Amino acid sequence: MPLNEGCVAAPGRARDNRTGSWRVFIPKFDHEACSKCGMCQLICPEGCIQETGENEFVPDYDYCKGCGLCAEECPKGAITMEQEEK
Amino acid sequence: MAIDKTCELFDCGHRACGGCGASMAARLLLKASGPETIVVSSTGCMEVFSTPYPETAWKVPWIHSLFENASAVASGIESALKQQGRSEKVVVVAGDGATFDIGVLCISGAFERGHDITYICYDNEAYMNTGIQRSGATPFDASTTTSPAGRVSFGNKHPKKDMPRILAAHGSPYVATASVAYPADFMQKVERAISTEGPTYVQVHAPCCTGWGFDGAKTVAIGKLAIETGLWVNYELVDGEVAKVKKVVKKPVEEYLKEQKRFRHLFKPKLQEEEIAKIQAIADRNFERYGHEIRLPPKKAPEGA
Amino acid sequence: MALEIMEGSIAIAQAVRRCRPQVVAAYPITPQTHIVEALAEIVANGELSADYITVESEFSALSACEGAVAAGSRAYSATTSQGLALMFEVCFNMAGMRLPLVMTIANRAMGAPLSIWNDQQDSIALRDAGWLQLYAEDNQEAVDLHYIGYRVAEDHRVLLPVMVCFDGFVLSHTYEPVDMLTQEEVDAYLPPFVPKFMLDAKNPVSMGMYATPDYYPEFRYETDLAQKRALEVIREAGREFGEQFGRDYSALVESYRMDDAETAIIAMGSICGTTKEAVDEMRDAGKRVGLVRLRTFRPFPTEDLREALSGVSRVAVLDRNVSLGAGGTVHRGAVVLEVKDALYGEPIPVLDYVIGLGGRDVRIEDIKRVVELCEAGDGDRFYGLRTEVL
Repeated sequence: MPLNEGCVAAPGRARDNRTGSWRVFIPKFDHEACSKCGMCQLICPEGCIQETGENEFVPDYDYCKGCGLCAEECPKGAITMEQEEK
Repeated sequence: MAIDKTCELFDCGHRACGGCGASMAARLLLKASGPETIVVSSTGCMEVFSTPYPETAWKVPWIHSLFENASAVASGIESALKQQGRSEKVVVVAGDGATFDIGVLCISGAFERGHDITYICYDNEAYMNTGIQRSGATPFDASTTTSPAGRVSFGNKHPKKDMPRILAAHGSPYVATASVAYPADFMQKVERAISTEGPTYVQVHAPCCTGWGFDGAKTVAIGKLAIETGLWVNYELVDGEVAKVKKVVKKPVEEYLKEQKRFRHLFKPKLQEEEIAKIQAIADRNFERYGHEIRLPPKKAPEGA
Repeated sequence: MALEIMEGSIAIAQAVRRCRPQVVAAYPITPQTHIVEALAEIVANGELSADYITVESEFSALSACEGAVAAGSRAYSATTSQGLALMFEVCFNMAGMRLPLVMTIANRAMGAPLSIWNDQQDSIALRDAGWLQLYAEDNQEAVDLHYIGYRVAEDHRVLLPVMVCFDGFVLSHTYEPVDMLTQEEVDAYLPPFVPKFMLDAKNPVSMGMYATPDYYPEFRYETDLAQKRALEVIREAGREFGEQFGRDYSALVESYRMDDAETAIIAMGSICGTTKEAVDEMRDAGKRVGLVRLRTFRPFPTEDLREALSGVSRVAVLDRNVSLGAGGTVHRGAVVLEVKDALYGEPIPVLDYVIGLGGRDVRIEDIKRVVELCEAGDGDRFYGLRTEVL
């Protein structure tokens, strides 16, 4: 691959690094209990929680590191961390 | 300008620790700044976890030069944009080591000259990228790898440098402190800083689970405790005057300290009441200075007591 | 051509104005000050539409230039000695990031002891930073090398910053006749800066990322290749300059009276003016001696130098710097190391003379004496020291 002079790169390639493989605990979302406040989406350090067309907040497990911040801060307790089976 | 919370300019795949406060800051500040932003990063944890060639997490124009020169580089960029008649905003994003210590010369110059730049310091209170060494932002008595607690030491001997006041004294029209624990407040402050002409400064408390020693799920909780105990104050300085302070119901500093390994030596092997009292005095002074304590009416004594 | 008698620094400032930098960032230091004062005046009088950033240090001067170039503007700075040393970190960085710039170095000694006077230790110390280094013999050349410098630096085959080095005080504060090109002439020679990459919200890129061991050596290799390509780009730019304005700078080394020379003197900068006079006098006395002047030190013109030295019996290098600790038990500067490398395998003795440090005057007699010493095989030493240290 030709390198760009001066170590320059365009965006996009960070996604090559699938940080989901780091995960030990996985967040499970209870969409019934969710109040759609959007706090999980706002605070996720990965930015991997997005709102779907059905107004459901869904994490991208390819990148979710399983930090548990969303579960800790969800005001409805609608997110629970579970040991991930691999 | 309304902040578009769905705007994602900090990409997935970066290598920050799970629960990283600094990566929250990066995401949130870009939501507030929007795509018409040029980011200048100092060397540091955020720079390293977000830009191993060729995997950049930044979807806005981004440059890293050195550890200590981000504000000088930003000065040059701002001048060039002005000359070219361009409208992008120049935002420096730097850690506390780059801001409080090694970069002070360049920051002072850039602020004194009045460049239209916004400087955001993500303050995780030590040199995290090199392995948790103390900086001028490390709080009193925190144990770091260069200010370790030991038989004759309680950790960092000096209180945190008051960087916001230093920059306000340069004539900055807008200086604010914020916390990733209050994302909406942080984003509003970034937005205000960027839309204020001249050099502006936002110092955002970014708890570091690895450096401070707590579970990454608690980043927001720890950030809130810092504010509730008075060890971190969220305020704005408009033209050097305190304009707004987040009010809190005061909690004792132990509630914040005991959650973090960097203060563990104050509790084990024995409780260091004298040291904790010194830290409480720092918090008390903050409450006195900013007057931001919410005083609840005294609770009635339970019957029969 | 209209010759004007001007101070070197003022001529440089006027040349820089004609290069139309959009951002100037500089910090005052002797003997560079007259350049940046003159430029400030030029900007204040509206003769150059540039942002002049009055930075708080040389470190910020170069950092601000770096930012400006990254944002797509041509920029300029000037410094010397301690100021250049303070820029050390930024120098490496700018070359590694492939950001083109022209910076004037009014060459001066390095402290300690503190000295404001001329030698070439400052820029020589940065020989490995990735910058091209061009050395001027007189003010006309110093001026012209700025136009050529921007052409070469911004050429996409190169994309490296350039130091135009001219001797502090000896040239910077000396009045000489100079032919200043008109703005139209410079515009015809020097096209506007077209960056290869730049900070632009319409096409965002990340600049200055870090490279893991998987990538780092390739970036260093590419930067060194750019130095190699610069050899030809400088020749080309120098030739075109000659075609347009009559002063040809296509040669990376200048040979002066080298036909049938037995002894070759090698030097850089203003000392070559004195050396040429000494050569003339020695030639008149029947001595077969000539001068080979290095115009570029980075990239080092190894092949050109070999060619220029073919047929000589001995070489005397005038080093206006000292590489402290080099050479085992003998004394050597940095230039002789490169010359020896270029002549490796040739049975030609190459002797070094560390001379003219910290502004110590070098006269015609001194050059003649050096040649005598060289003929006697006595070299690799300081020349002209006070006797009490010997």
